[in-house]
Amino acid sequence: MRLYNLALARSGDKGNHANIGVLARSPEIYAWLKDFLTAARVEDYFRSLRPSRVERYEAPNIWGLNFVLYDVLAGGAARSLRLDSQGKSLACALLEMEIPQSAKPPH
Amino acid sequence: MGVAVNRERIRVGNGCGFWGDQPDAPILLAQHGRLDFLTLEYLAELTMSILAQQRQRDPQLGYATDFLDVLERLCPLWRDQPNLRIITNAGGLNAISCAERACEIVRRHHLRKRIAIVVGDDIQPRLQELLASGHSLAHLDTGQPLETVIDRVVCANVYLGAQPIVAALDQGAELVITGRVADASLTVAPAIWTFGWSWTDWDKLAAATIAGHLIECGAQVTGGLFSDWTSVPDLANVGYPIAELEWDGTFRILRPESSGGMVTINTVREQLLYEVGDPSAYITPEVIADFTSVTLRALEPDGVEVRAAQGKPATETYKVSIAYKDGYICSGQVVLTGHDAADKARLCADIVRSRLHRAGYEPQEYNVELLGTGDTLPGIWPRTRPPEVVLRLTAWDPRRPVIERFAREIAPLVTSGPSGVCGYATGRPVVREVFAYWPALLDKSTIKPEIHMLST
Repeated sequence: MRLYNLALARSGDKGNHANIGVLARSPEIYAWLKDFLTAARVEDYFRSLRPSRVERYEAPNIWGLNFVLYDVLAGGAARSLRLDSQGKSLACALLEMEIPQSAKPPH
Repeated sequence: MGVAVNRERIRVGNGCGFWGDQPDAPILLAQHGRLDFLTLEYLAELTMSILAQQRQRDPQLGYATDFLDVLERLCPLWRDQPNLRIITNAGGLNAISCAERACEIVRRHHLRKRIAIVVGDDIQPRLQELLASGHSLAHLDTGQPLETVIDRVVCANVYLGAQPIVAALDQGAELVITGRVADASLTVAPAIWTFGWSWTDWDKLAAATIAGHLIECGAQVTGGLFSDWTSVPDLANVGYPIAELEWDGTFRILRPESSGGMVTINTVREQLLYEVGDPSAYITPEVIADFTSVTLRALEPDGVEVRAAQGKPATETYKVSIAYKDGYICSGQVVLTGHDAADKARLCADIVRSRLHRAGYEPQEYNVELLGTGDTLPGIWPRTRPPEVVLRLTAWDPRRPVIERFAREIAPLVTSGPSGVCGYATGRPVVREVFAYWPALLDKSTIKPEIHMLST
């Protein structure tokens, strides 16, 4: 199982930072995701891009978790040497996260 | 306030999400949207630095010229919809020139319209004075003082709010052209003007801010960019969004009935968190909006109703966006083919670097991407070995000649690299001056927006 089976996501940039909004597909999944998809787990997943820190905000009204990845864009839209200087592909990448059965994801 | 003060409902459509968005979108939205207000948003974070370069070459430029093409095509519709008002930030760094050209177009179509120009966002000429009077304009993230880059600044603008746009509408403006304005304020202003809301009615200001946030990126709320993309019908004809606002702050996100795409709870949820930090405190010049307060309800057959928005008092500062010169960058590509395409691409990258080194032009920063092997996000996508690889080489350096030399080293790979190089037909890649981004805050008391009116 991968995260896209459980959630939607969208990412974008603010200067040199990026955010990824993750939206659970049901309230049961949201309750489970709050425990599973911690800021630390997301920071570890993206460690090769060297974010300085990751902060998580909750939006229970839309079953949403918003992750802010600081300093993750290697300079941001104008200055970065990377193709995806605006972090547009980050959401897509996060949705590919493998969910281990041992984490007991909701069906 | 203005003539529309007693109306209970307005429809605000956004036909442009950035400079470069679909050219037909504003026309189709005006045609089929039954709009009271059409907003057109042209200014991304770094658009202003591009406009600064254009203004440097020609003092008559420095605005989003695409808007004039749109206006030309809107004029015949405007004749049939005389009550439609247009609000746009196309003015960029030169709202006056933009408005003068807009005036000529409207006149040529024999329409009588009042055009307002909002100025006062451009603080570049005042930077020294502001620093001298104790406004540090320190970098919002790093805290660095602006002095470190001030001699390289190309533009500096505050994000104005809804207030000057409301004042322009009060003076009878039917087309409002602004420079830098908070995107959501383009939607907040017509709501305040129409309903006569108080500037301290935080919940209502938050509601309109959320509506503006949802429509400001155009098709991103009507099916564009949506995770479950296979479920979106007819993206080719995707409708641009309409916020139908009521006096009590309730609003609906809709699209023209005849259009493609879709507005569902899920498309709205995704866009609600787009480019947001703390969703319980989205700061604009008008209000601090709490996105976690709203409830969403699906409408039939399509659309979403948003209720119960809450807001808190606005801050004492405007956000400032500053761009400064920061060296030169260039990016070039070739395609490698064969079962060992990735190995060939790595060799090409080494060849270019070593030739630059030999010539004494080694760039300070050099980035190698093997597109197709998982390199857009290195270390995250699984590595693959495809039969063809796009090699993207990018170099940055403060010295222009270094980057110009880099630009000349891509083409020779065709004859002096490994076998199977192709896809180099577009000529030498362009050397671009880099404008880095410097966000800051500035006390609102230092800014006095002004409105100039023109009539056709």
